[in-house]
Amino acid sequence: MRFPKLPNPGLDDRIPSHQELERMEKEEAGDRPKWDNKTQYMLTCVGFCVGLGNVWRFPYLCQSHGGGAFMIPFLILLVLEGIPLLHLEFAIGQRLRSGSVGVWTAINPYLTGVGIASLLVSFLVGMYYNTIIAWVMWYFFNSFQNPLPWSQCPVNANLTDLVSECARSSPVDYFWYRDTLNTSTSIGDSGGLQWWMVLCLLCAWLLLYVCCLRGIETTGKAVYVTSTLPYVVLTIFLIRGLTLKGSLDGIKFLFTPDLNELMNPSTWLDAGAQVFYSFSLAFGGLISFSSYNSVHNNCEQDAVIISIINGFTSVYAATVIYSIIGFRATERFDDCLEGNILALLNAFSLAEGNITEGNYAESLQNLNGTFPETIQSLDLKTCDLQTFLSQGVEGTGLAFIVFTEAITKMPVSPLWSILFFIMLFCLGLSTMFGSIEGTVVPLQDLNIFPKRWPKEAITGIVCLVSFIIALIFAQSSGNYWLALFDSFAGSIPLLVIAFCEMIAVVYIYGIDRFNKDIEFMIGHKPNLFWQVTWRFVSPLIVLVIFVFYFVTKVSSNVTYIAWNPSSEDFPTLEVLEYPAWIYVIIFILAGVPSLVVPGTAMFKLIRRCCSNKNVYGAEVDTVSAKVQMFTTKT
Amino acid sequence: MPSLTVPPGAPPILQSLTVPPGAPPILQSLAVTLERMLVRILVLLYLAGAPALAQTLCQPNASNGYRVRISIKTALGNQAYEWNENEMFLFRATMAFAMRRYYKTETYNVDNIIVCNQTRRVSFWFVVISPENPTMLIPKADVEKAVSMSRHRINNAFLLTDRTLEFLGIYPTLAEPVNPDTPPWLIVFGVVIGAVFAGIIALLVSSLLQKRRKEKGMMEDGQDEEDRQMKGVENGINLDGIYNRGFTDDDRFTKL
Repeated sequence: MRFPKLPNPGLDDRIPSHQELERMEKEEAGDRPKWDNKTQYMLTCVGFCVGLGNVWRFPYLCQSHGGGAFMIPFLILLVLEGIPLLHLEFAIGQRLRSGSVGVWTAINPYLTGVGIASLLVSFLVGMYYNTIIAWVMWYFFNSFQNPLPWSQCPVNANLTDLVSECARSSPVDYFWYRDTLNTSTSIGDSGGLQWWMVLCLLCAWLLLYVCCLRGIETTGKAVYVTSTLPYVVLTIFLIRGLTLKGSLDGIKFLFTPDLNELMNPSTWLDAGAQVFYSFSLAFGGLISFSSYNSVHNNCEQDAVIISIINGFTSVYAATVIYSIIGFRATERFDDCLEGNILALLNAFSLAEGNITEGNYAESLQNLNGTFPETIQSLDLKTCDLQTFLSQGVEGTGLAFIVFTEAITKMPVSPLWSILFFIMLFCLGLSTMFGSIEGTVVPLQDLNIFPKRWPKEAITGIVCLVSFIIALIFAQSSGNYWLALFDSFAGSIPLLVIAFCEMIAVVYIYGIDRFNKDIEFMIGHKPNLFWQVTWRFVSPLIVLVIFVFYFVTKVSSNVTYIAWNPSSEDFPTLEVLEYPAWIYVIIFILAGVPSLVVPGTAMFKLIRRCCSNKNVYGAEVDTVSAKVQMFTTKT
Repeated sequence: MPSLTVPPGAPPILQSLTVPPGAPPILQSLAVTLERMLVRILVLLYLAGAPALAQTLCQPNASNGYRVRISIKTALGNQAYEWNENEMFLFRATMAFAMRRYYKTETYNVDNIIVCNQTRRVSFWFVVISPENPTMLIPKADVEKAVSMSRHRINNAFLLTDRTLEFLGIYPTLAEPVNPDTPPWLIVFGVVIGAVFAGIIALLVSSLLQKRRKEKGMMEDGQDEEDRQMKGVENGINLDGIYNRGFTDDDRFTKL
């Protein structure tokens, strides 16, 4: 029984047949780049998938959704959603031997929009992602000094006291919000370009350019370092972390399962979203990378291996991060307790050592019984280790505030700081390779630039234009713009594209044909698991996640958090509403890539309908190529 | 006959004890005994009164006094020494030193530093009295300036820091920030950017050279074909196009 599919005339003319693929494989014809060896390909894909999200999003989700229990929805959705989608992208790229635009255009010219949407999303996400790398580089440059600049507050002009903004918050907060971002109080207040940020941004884009200059020729060499170094550094940090006091508390806190969370639907939705974004699907980069493989490469095995590596990296990184967070929480707890003990000793003039951590609780009780008013006037803080541990932070806050603070408390801080930021840099850069691939190759396929132009020039133009637009993020309000881009450009369009990809392959390309292709490529037909997931399960999961995201974003009041030293709750971040004109930007970020999919289809439909000419085509098979000739009869 | 001369600075009561020279011997010896007793009593009163006087000068929350709080165990942990009278003596001596240093005189002595209200915490109050006038206290502001000036020396005498040897009310002046000429981050930035530029130029130049070599290779093929006088190839070979394998060197030109 044939699986139902939509009519798709002319498909065979647009794609190379199996015989042609064999011929191309033997003759190594064409100027298509190739991987030097399988390792390069695997490292590039692993690098693209494993990114900053594994380090600073997954641990937070894990801890806030019931610790060890979160593994269950994560692993289930990894198998049902991540691996099938990954296999699909690898297989279609390897079969049709083209980037995202080429692949979808070959399947059906009306689907070019999917490729263009991938291009736009890769471009927008690449812009803000590289800004994060610029921030990482700024911290990296500043790590070559002892003491680290974020370990103490600066002194004010007349040397009487610490700077007020820093004294009220903390040195790490101050260094991040003031010295690094010089953040303004709202997104509307642009505040001008910060020259040091512009320099770091320039450095980041130039470094990316030098690595992507010649496409996979150069990135293939770079990934030997950028994809392996993070694992080395994570291991070093794990060993260091385990020797610190309180690290095991952190790990225990992370993995303590709370099975009640499994009843909560948002746990499953967050797990699904995390799996989806963590695999860097729908960017077009994976399709591109896979198309440089040989035709008979075992893409099924690759998909499974890369998924396992990605999942393992998430869990490993979470362990390391939380061992360090446990250390920091214990330090904070100890400081808090020490402060309270000192206050008590001073107030009652007791000898030192009278009250220790051990007898703090009972001493406090005794004193409270006898001198309640004095105790009240002291205003002692409640010190609870669990509270400190659950100050779970994600995103830039984790890397640039929480972790940097923990680093300042370790001996030989500059070394750990340098290692940490090199790791973040490598994680980000290897993801950027995929982004640039997903931007440059579709541009070449769409013939936007003349064919004569070398790849170096096109990559250069893409980097230059991205740099110029990314200068928005170098303003004082840059952090708010980045959060905006992160919420909207990198979320909804990807879900739309992934859904369309699956529908295109299963129903427009035809799952039967796809199965035969895979059998041709790897030698056996995909088994029942793949059939069920490709046809029903994965599209359903993506659709559910999309609907949930869309509904939440549209129904909730869109707000952002801002750093305002003159707000009442300072240092807590202020919640502000976006101004009205931001909704235009949101539409451009989320709406345009999503609407390009049906939009291009409509455009092509209208163009074909409007041209009254009948097009006659003929084919001539010559020695060198299949020559297609068209003539229009007026 | 004991001299009955009364010293000039003696209090009036003693002066009134002078016995006229013609008095009988019993009276004279009585006067002497009384005088000695009075002197002793006065001396005793003086000695007793001086600390009492000093005590009244040094009081908790005294207007010209400062409270000191010492945290030896916090600072030194296992190597903490015990606070006893000798340490207190050292403190008073150090304070006297600080006053000497500030006023640039040598009149201050340990006796000029008065300490009271010591607790087990270890904390106590102290005041500084003027060496010329024992009833006069040195004003708070001057004491503060003297302490600030010699804070480092005072701390070091006790192996403590600003935080563990606290003078409540006197804030330590914060260290001046070290401002290097070039911020260190710019140096690292310069190194990285230099390396990146070198890399870009190297790669671009090698790309260019590769292309030149490829073009030269194709040009030579083109020259060979021209030599063979191919007819009908009026347009020449488009060097920018994809190399067309239909025209390899060793093929004889076939007539279509």
